[in-house]
Amino acid sequence: MNLALAPETLARWQFGITTVYHFLFVPLTISLAAITAGLETAWVRTGKEKYFHATKFWGKLFLINIAMGVVTGIVQEFQFGMNWSDYSRFVGDVFGAPLAMEALLAFFFESTFIGLWIFGWDKLPKKIHCACIWIVAVGTVLSSYFILAANSWMQHPVGYAVDKATGKARLTDIWAVLTQNTTMVVVFHTLTAAFLTGAAFIVGISSFHLWRAKRKRLKGEELGDKQRKQLPAMLTSLRVGLVVAVIAGLGTAISGDQLGKVMYEQQPMKMAAAEALWETQAPAPFSVFAVGDVSKGHNSVEIEIPGVLSFLAHSNFTESVPGIKDTAAKQAALHGGKPEDYIPSIFMTFWGFRLMIGFGMTSFAAGLVGLWTTRKKFWLAPEYRTGEDEIPRLMLTKNRELGPFLTKWSWRIGILTMGFPLIANSFGWIFTEMGRQPWAVYGLMKTGDAVSPGVGQGMVLTSLLVFVGLYAVLAVVEVKLLAKYAKAGPDTDEKPPAKDPRLRFPSGGSGTGDPAAAEAAEEADKPMTFAY
Amino acid sequence: MHLHDFWFLLIAVLWIGYFFLEGFDFGIGVLTKALARDRAERRVLINTIGPVWDANEVWLITAAGATFAAFPDWYATLFSGFYLPLLAVLVCLIVRGVAFEYRHKRTGERWQRNWEHAIFWCSLIPAFLWGVAFANMVRGVPIGPDKNYTGGLLDLLSPYALLGGLLTLVLFTFHGALFAALKTVGDIRHRARAFAGVSGLAAGVLAVAFLAWTQAESGNGRSLPALVVAVVALAAALVANRRGREGWAFALSGLTVVAAFAMIFLALFPDVMPSSTDARWSLTVTNAASSPYTLKIISWVAGFMTPVVMAYQAWTYWVFRKRIGTQHIPAAH
Repeated sequence: MNLALAPETLARWQFGITTVYHFLFVPLTISLAAITAGLETAWVRTGKEKYFHATKFWGKLFLINIAMGVVTGIVQEFQFGMNWSDYSRFVGDVFGAPLAMEALLAFFFESTFIGLWIFGWDKLPKKIHCACIWIVAVGTVLSSYFILAANSWMQHPVGYAVDKATGKARLTDIWAVLTQNTTMVVVFHTLTAAFLTGAAFIVGISSFHLWRAKRKRLKGEELGDKQRKQLPAMLTSLRVGLVVAVIAGLGTAISGDQLGKVMYEQQPMKMAAAEALWETQAPAPFSVFAVGDVSKGHNSVEIEIPGVLSFLAHSNFTESVPGIKDTAAKQAALHGGKPEDYIPSIFMTFWGFRLMIGFGMTSFAAGLVGLWTTRKKFWLAPEYRTGEDEIPRLMLTKNRELGPFLTKWSWRIGILTMGFPLIANSFGWIFTEMGRQPWAVYGLMKTGDAVSPGVGQGMVLTSLLVFVGLYAVLAVVEVKLLAKYAKAGPDTDEKPPAKDPRLRFPSGGSGTGDPAAAEAAEEADKPMTFAY
Repeated sequence: MHLHDFWFLLIAVLWIGYFFLEGFDFGIGVLTKALARDRAERRVLINTIGPVWDANEVWLITAAGATFAAFPDWYATLFSGFYLPLLAVLVCLIVRGVAFEYRHKRTGERWQRNWEHAIFWCSLIPAFLWGVAFANMVRGVPIGPDKNYTGGLLDLLSPYALLGGLLTLVLFTFHGALFAALKTVGDIRHRARAFAGVSGLAAGVLAVAFLAWTQAESGNGRSLPALVVAVVALAAALVANRRGREGWAFALSGLTVVAAFAMIFLALFPDVMPSSTDARWSLTVTNAASSPYTLKIISWVAGFMTPVVMAYQAWTYWVFRKRIGTQHIPAAH
C-alpha cells in the first residue's frame, strides 16, 4: 500500500490536525475563563461599570470560543477508540483513569456552571453568579491537569507494570502517574502558556480599540459617545492583559527551561532532535539556524551559540550532550531494529522547537514593553499621567514619550502579536509529539502498533476528509464571529441587573396581599436577559 | 459483587442517564421543525434546554471515559467497530453544539435558518444512530478472536438495528414533547401535549416490537421485568399526558427511557459485546475489564463525584424551573 495513504499515516494526520485544532480553543478557554472571573469579581466588589462591561465583553468572546473547544474535545476522546484501538487496549488500564477523572471532576463543572453563568444573570445573586464562572475556571484547570497527566504518561510511563499474561500495561501506582515530574512541569508550562495566549488576545483586541480611538483623536475628530464610553473597559483590559502576559510569559520561560531538563533526562532523542545535534558534543551549542539532511546525517548550514545547549540540559556550559546518532544507536540496541528507525523528523522537531520559542517569547517581550510604556504612575512625570478614560501615552522614560512612528508601531505590534502564542502552542505540541516518534508510549509501544487493525484506509480517509472540511468551515465561521464581536467592543448600553436577584423557593402565590406573589406576577412575563 | 460488575452497573447508569437527559434534548431538537410554527416558538423550545444541554452531553463523555478506564477492550472494540456511525454522531454533536451557541449571534435570515436546519438534523441523526448502535451491541456483532470487529458497515444496518434506531428516535421525540409541555406556556404547550399523544402511541408500538424482539433473541429472566416496566410506564405516560399531569407524564416517559435501556444492559450482562461469530470471542465483564487496582481507584472517584454531580446538576434545573413562552424571548440582537 502507498505509504502516504496507509491507514496509520492517515490516522496520524487526523490525530494531529484534530488535536492542534482543538488546542487553538483550549488555552483561550482556560485563560479567558479565569480572567473573566477576575473581572466579574472586580465588578461585584467595586460595583464599577467598566468591570461589568469588560466582564460581559470578554465573556462573550470566551463563549464563542468555548463552544468550539467543547465540541472538538468530544472527537479527542472518541478517536482513541476509533483510530487507536490497539493503543486503547494496551494502555486503557492506566490511561483511562485520568480521562474518567477528567470527565467526572472537570467536565461536569465546566458544562453545568457555564450554563448557569450564561443564563443566570437575572436568576442568581451576583456573588453566586460570579462563583459560577470561577468554578468553570477551576474546571478548565482541572481538566488540563488530568489530560496532561495522561499525556505525560505517554511521554514518560511510570507507575505501571506490563502484565505477563496479557501483555498489557497495568496501573500499579496512580499517585506516580498523577504527580510525576513530567506531569507537574508540563502542567506548569501548558497553563502559563495558556495564560500568555489569553493575555495576548486581550492585549491585541484592547489595543485595536484604543489605537482606533487614538487615531481618531490625532486626526482631530471627536470620539462618538459609544466609543468614549468603551474606553475605560478597554483600558482596564489592556492593563490586565499586559500584567498577565508578563507574569505568564515569565512562567512559560521558567517552566520551559525545566521541561527541557526533564525532557533531556527522559527523552534524550527529543532534545538532540530539537537541536539537530547529530554528533555528541561537549560543550554542546545552541543552534539558531540550521539546514540539515537526514539521510546524510549532518547539517549543511548552521549558526550556533556555543555551550547553550549544555546549559539547557545540565545548567552548565561545558557538559556533553549526546547527539542523534549515538542516541539512535543506543535505542536500536535496546529495542531492536535499525538506528534510523528511532530518529524522528528532524526538520519538524528542529523548526517546531524554534517557532515555539520564537513566537512565545516575542509575545512575552511585547507584553513587557507594553507594560512599561503604558505604565500609569511609576517613574512618570505628573503631566504625562492619563486618567481612566484617556488613552495612555506610550512613555519611554520619565519625560520622554515615544515618537509618532514608534507609537504607531507599538500599538500595531500589540494588535499583530495577538495570535502569536497560538502559533507557539501549536508548534510546541507538534514538537513534543513528533519528537517522541516512533513511540506512542515512550519505550513501550510504537505508533505503528497502536492503530486500529479493523479500520481500513477508506474509513480513515473518509473521517479525515470530513473533519478537515467541517473544521475548515467552522474556523471561518468562528473567526468571523469573533472578529464581529471583538470589533463591536463592549455594549456600554447594557446595564447590570438593577437589584440583586435572589434565589427563591416557588411561592404559593395564593393570597392577594402577599407582596412576594405580586412581585412574582409582575415578573412572570419579563423577557429573559439572555436567550439563545 | 465484583468490582467489574459494579463498573458494568455504573457504566449502565451513565449511559442511561445520558439517554434520559440528552434524550429530551434530541427530542426538543426534532420538535423545532415538527412542532414549532415560527422562529419565536423555535427559540422557546431551544431555550428550554439552553442552560442544560451541555451538561447533559457530558454524561456521554463520562460514559465513554468510564468505559475506557474500566473496560478498555469494550471501548476499543465498540469505538473502532462502529467507526462510521460514530463519526456521524460526532459530526452531529459538533455542529449541534455550535448551532445552539452561534444561531443567535447574527441576525441574518440565512444564518439563522441554516443553524436551525443544523439543530434539527443533528438532533435527529444521533437520536436514531444511538438506537442502531445499542441494538447491535445487545444482539452481537461479528467479533474475531483478537477482540476486533470483523464486520462491515452493512452488518450494522440490519432490520432489527434500524428498528432500534427508529424506536430511540420516536421515543426521544415523545420524551422531548413532554419536556416541552412541562417547560413552556401558551399555545405551544398545548400543541406539545397533543404531539406527545401521537408520538407516544408510535413510540409504544415501536417499543413493544423492538423490546419483544430483543427479549426473544437476547433476553433473560432479568430483562423481562424491565421490558414490562418500560411498556407500562409508556402507557402510563400517555394517560398522564391526556389528563394534563405534565410533571407525571414527563417522569414516566423518562422512566420508559430508563427501563428500555436498563433492559438492554440486563440482557447484555455478563457480556459487554457478544460476538455473533463465536460466543467464545465475546467480550465480557471479566475479559474486557481493567485490573482490580484501577477499578478500585476510579470507584473511589466515581463514588464520591457522581452524587455531587447529580446534586449540582439538579440544582441547575431548579434555578431554571420557570416555564417560558414567546413573551420571554428577547428580541434578536
